[in-house]
Amino acid sequence: MNKSKNGVKLFFSYLLLILVAICVFYPTLWIIMSSFKVGNSLFSETLIPKQLTLEHYADLFKDQKDRDFRFVQWYWNTIKVATISMVLGTLVQLLTAYAISRYRFYGRKTLMTTILILGMFPGFMSMIATYIILMQLNLLGTHGALILVYTAGAALGMFVAKGYFDTLPKALEESARIDGAGHLKIFFSIFLPLSRPIMTYVALTTFAGAWVDFIFARLILSKARDQWTLAVGLVEMVDTYTSTEFTLFAAGSVLAAIPVTVLFMALQKLLVEGLTAGATKG
Amino acid sequence: MKQRSAPSAGSASGGTTSFARTAAVLSLFVMGLGQWFNRQYVKGLLFFLVYIVGLLYTFVVLPRNIRGLITLGDKAAGFGKNAQGLTVLLPGDHSIFLMIYGLIALITFLIFLFVWFLNVRDAHRNGKLRDAGKPVPNFGQSIRGMQEKSFPYLLLTLPGLGVLFFTILPIVFMILIAFTNYSAPNHIPQKNLVDWVGFSTFSNLLVYSQWAYTFWNVLAWTIIWAIVATVTCYFGGIFVAMLIQQKGIRFKGMWRTIFIIPYAIPQFISLLIMKNLFNSQLGPINQYFRLLGLEGLPWLIHPFWAKVTIVAVNMWIGVPVSMVLVLGILTAIPKDLYEAAEVDGASAFQKFRNITMPYVLFATAPLLIMQFAGNINNFNVIYLLTKGDPKTGEYAFAGTTDLLVTWLYKLTLDNQIYNVASAVGILIFIFIASFSILNFRRTRSFKEEDILQ
Repeated sequence: MNKSKNGVKLFFSYLLLILVAICVFYPTLWIIMSSFKVGNSLFSETLIPKQLTLEHYADLFKDQKDRDFRFVQWYWNTIKVATISMVLGTLVQLLTAYAISRYRFYGRKTLMTTILILGMFPGFMSMIATYIILMQLNLLGTHGALILVYTAGAALGMFVAKGYFDTLPKALEESARIDGAGHLKIFFSIFLPLSRPIMTYVALTTFAGAWVDFIFARLILSKARDQWTLAVGLVEMVDTYTSTEFTLFAAGSVLAAIPVTVLFMALQKLLVEGLTAGATKG
Repeated sequence: MKQRSAPSAGSASGGTTSFARTAAVLSLFVMGLGQWFNRQYVKGLLFFLVYIVGLLYTFVVLPRNIRGLITLGDKAAGFGKNAQGLTVLLPGDHSIFLMIYGLIALITFLIFLFVWFLNVRDAHRNGKLRDAGKPVPNFGQSIRGMQEKSFPYLLLTLPGLGVLFFTILPIVFMILIAFTNYSAPNHIPQKNLVDWVGFSTFSNLLVYSQWAYTFWNVLAWTIIWAIVATVTCYFGGIFVAMLIQQKGIRFKGMWRTIFIIPYAIPQFISLLIMKNLFNSQLGPINQYFRLLGLEGLPWLIHPFWAKVTIVAVNMWIGVPVSMVLVLGILTAIPKDLYEAAEVDGASAFQKFRNITMPYVLFATAPLLIMQFAGNINNFNVIYLLTKGDPKTGEYAFAGTTDLLVTWLYKLTLDNQIYNVASAVGILIFIFIASFSILNFRRTRSFKEEDILQ
């Protein structure tokens, strides 16, 4: 009866979808195109450059004598820090969530409230103190310090994983316990295999968190240029070089974005589940 | 270790002797003694060692550090004569180190007291076992028993220590800083000492002079920003999700994948890209305006337009998250509700208002509040796009787009006004924490978690 009206509605819906898609794609496309552009300026006549070149990518891997831009070194640093933080942080976070979700012990609710409150402090409110503590431990300018900071705070992010563990039936560990399994055995041989989605979620967010953080990275690594991560390096590059080296920055950004973006897209479904699980269960 | 048989003497003699009380009292005075009395020699020895170390610490290290914490030092670095009579720079007290050491000493002391308490309790418990004529566990059994009963505590010890030294200690430290005059140019160690000043930092910030003017204005913008950013991303997300979820739209999966892209790209990169994109001289956005014969806009350099740009860029980053959430919820709404509404002749808008919206709102309300709190602290978007600029001479160390958090960051790193920065931090915290706790206590996760299982 109202087929034509429906058709109009659909037409406009598609129009809107395409419009939003353009907005979504544009910045990404622009930076990718800029990275292939000849020359080094931010200004470009057209979105798609007339001439394409891989020169800037090659440039990133060359030794830079005139500018202090050590892309390869920073890339490797970032991979190292993010991977180690991911392994340690995930373990800490899952064990904390497991303990709080599956055991009823004295002080549990207080602990949960404390974790929640601590999570609300802006991280850099504690910057000075963290800085001084690390200085005392003689760790400033090292990756160990960065990993330590990321891992030490990992427990505070346990709510999503806790929400997931809450949904697993109690009967699981009860029957295992009757069969004589110990606490840790139950965790490693029953819970971990069952919690693969949430483990992936936690691991990925921890990895990405370390990959993109620049507040603490800049604070801790500020003077040790060799130790910088990509975030610190690229942010600095925007501050000092972009007007003269924009295309190089573009190439660097593309390379820096690829791993995390690919991971996110590949595990999209899982992430969505993790996000919604976290939403409905707090 | 040989299995010790329980001394039956206690119970045999009619239970008049109370092992529990004696053991507890012994342990109260000398840690480990009660355990020895209970014939738990290894455990007793361990507690005794802790006792010796703890006492040494309490009498030798603690007083010095506590004194440092109270006085914050009494001699600044300065020139003076050394042993050879030459004028040199002599090191003085470093107030901030004194404060940190004092805090660490205090925390360590509290942990020591806690272990002491555990020791007394343990002696009392095992004494009770003996009173009841039961055998006390030997060391191996104790360890195993501890694993059994205190397993969650064991699991939480290491994360707990991490949080204690890298989250709680720094926070306490920063709270203390707010009550000192630790700030450039006149109170930066080691050249000068730092003093306790009570609440004057807070009164400066809230009532007097340029500090108060800056604070209230930055606060106002922070709140406006948080509301606008949350609302735009939330409704943007609902809108896009409903567009995709409509009957008749094809390739739903493809659209969803496209719109999730901004969520996947690391934030610091997309923000740096946007910063260049909106460059008002060379950036492509203004270039297109010029192609149309228009001037273009001063995107990130004009106070008003900078705010508009920030909100728009934030939508680009934030809408996908809301979209994902809402998509999940939309599929969960029972279809027959819509069918019933259609039978009653409801319009599309009525269906949205009376069915979709209540469902979505109910499911996302807690999250909405958390997003609001997150936006108050949304450091990245502001700092990476504008650094809080454009600057204005009217504010103290702040630009027109600064949020309280970015202002705090600038005060700390660029200007070394630590006392004001931590006072700002405390105020932000009080603000966020108060309604987040309310919100959290109302969510199911906290209230009904046992019912859910």
